[in-house]
Amino acid sequence: MHNAVNVNNVSLAFAAGLVLVALFIGWRQKLGVDRDMIIGVVRAIIQLTIVGFLLKYIFAVNNVLLTLAMILVIIFNAAYNAMKRGKGIPNIFWSSFWSILISTSVTLSGLVLAGAIKFVPSQMIPISGMIASNSMVAIGLCYRNMRTLFRDQRQQVLERLALGASVHDSAIGIVRECIKTGMQPTIDASKTYGIVSLPGMMSGLIFAGVDPVYAIKYQIMVVFMLLSATSLGSVSACYIAYRRFFNDQQQLVTASDNGK
Amino acid sequence: MFYAYFRINEESGETMTALLTMTDIDYRVGERKILTKINLRLEKESNLMVVGPSGSGKSTILQIMARMISPSAGQMTFDDHDAFTYDPMVYRRRVSYCFQQPTLFGKTVADNLNFPFEIRNQSVNEARQHELLDQVNLSPDYLSHDITGLSGGERQRVALIRNLVFVPDILLLDEVTTGLDTDNKAIVHGLVDHYRDRGGTVVWITHDESEIAAADDLYEVVAGKHTQEVRHA
Repeated sequence: MHNAVNVNNVSLAFAAGLVLVALFIGWRQKLGVDRDMIIGVVRAIIQLTIVGFLLKYIFAVNNVLLTLAMILVIIFNAAYNAMKRGKGIPNIFWSSFWSILISTSVTLSGLVLAGAIKFVPSQMIPISGMIASNSMVAIGLCYRNMRTLFRDQRQQVLERLALGASVHDSAIGIVRECIKTGMQPTIDASKTYGIVSLPGMMSGLIFAGVDPVYAIKYQIMVVFMLLSATSLGSVSACYIAYRRFFNDQQQLVTASDNGK
Repeated sequence: MFYAYFRINEESGETMTALLTMTDIDYRVGERKILTKINLRLEKESNLMVVGPSGSGKSTILQIMARMISPSAGQMTFDDHDAFTYDPMVYRRRVSYCFQQPTLFGKTVADNLNFPFEIRNQSVNEARQHELLDQVNLSPDYLSHDITGLSGGERQRVALIRNLVFVPDILLLDEVTTGLDTDNKAIVHGLVDHYRDRGGTVVWITHDESEIAAADDLYEVVAGKHTQEVRHA
C-alpha cells in the first residue's frame, strides 16, 4: 500500500485552487452561482470535517446502537432532502423517511446476510450513506415527475375516477411512470460502469492500493445494491406519495388545494 | 346568480321516488361562493335540464352530484340514503358523470371501452362494446382505431358510451353536445333516448336552445336562497 492516497494539508490547499477555476467561470459567464458555490464549498468542508471526526470516534467505539443511530441520522437527512423535491405533496417527509428506511434496511440486511459486508461501523455506515443518497436522488426524481404528471394528466385521472375507478386504478399509470423515472439513472449508470466511469467505491479502493480485480468485486456488489436500493425506494415512495394527491372522498386534490 | 331549469318526465307526477336530492348545498372555494343554498329533487327516470349563463356553477352542481367534489355545506341523498355514506367508487359507478371536454386515454378506442370492465375485474364483453358502438353509428372495427385519429364528434361519442358500458342509475351530461354538428348531436340524443327508454335518469347541462325548448317541465333555481318554479308544460 505504498501508493496509498496521502492528501496533506498543503496539497489540499493547492486543490482548493480548483474551486477558484469554477468561481472564475461562474463570474465570467455571469451565472450568478458564486454565492451558492462558496456556501456549498464551505458546507462541504465543515460537514466532512465533522463527519470525519465523528466516524473516527464511532469506528473506535464499535457499538451496535451507535452504528444504528448514525444510520438513522443518515436516513433522516436523506429524507429531509428528498422532501424538498416533493414540495406541495402533504406529509411528504414521512413518505420519504419510510421509503429510505425500507430501501436502506432491506438492502443492508441482504448484504450482511450474504456475507458481502460485516456488521461493523466502518462498513455499515459508508454503505448506508451510499444506499440512502442514491435512494434520496431516486425518490426526488419520482416526486418531481409525480407532481408534473398529476398536473399534466389531471383530466385523465378525473375521467377514470368519474367512471368509478379506484384511486389506485386512476393513478397506476402515473405511479408506474414515476417508479421508472426513479430507477432509470441507476440502470443507465450500470450500463456504462467500467467503460465510461470508474465508480466511487472502486476508485476509492484502487486509490487505497487495493488490487483492481478485487476492487471490481466490490463495485459489482455496489451495482446490485444500488439497483435494489433505488427500486425499493422508488416503489415505496411512489406508492405512499400518490395517495396524497387524493382525499378521503377519493377526490383528486391539487397541491395548492392542500394549502401547501 | 345561478339559474337552473329542471325538466321532469311527464309520467313521473308527484308519486315518483326521489332518486337524488340536494338540500341547502353550498360550495365555496376559499372565500368565494360558487353555489349557495341549492335545493333540488331528482325523480327516478326523470330528465332534468340545467341551464344558465357560463360560470354560474352548473358544472359544479353536476360534479357535486357525481361526488367528484364535496359541498361545503348541505345534504345530498341518493336512493333514500345519505349520498356520502356510499363508497365513492361504488357511488360513481351508479351516478356517472360525462365531462364537457372528455379525454380519451390509452392508445385505442378499445383501451377506453375495456376500462370499465378492467376496473370491475371482469372479462371484456365485446358484444356489449359492439352494441354500444352501433348505437352511436360506429362500426365494431373502431375498437382498434387509434384515438388520435378520431374526429371531435367521434371522440365525444366514444367518451359517452364509455360511461354507458355498465348502465348507471343516473347519467350526468355536462354540455356533451356543445361544439357538435347536427348529425353528431342527433346521434347523442338517440343514445340518451335509448338510455332513458331503459329507465335511465338524466341530468343535462346545455346551452342548446333546441334542447331547452324540448323540455316538458322547466324549473328555475336561483343561486342563493330561492328556488322557484318557472314553467310547466
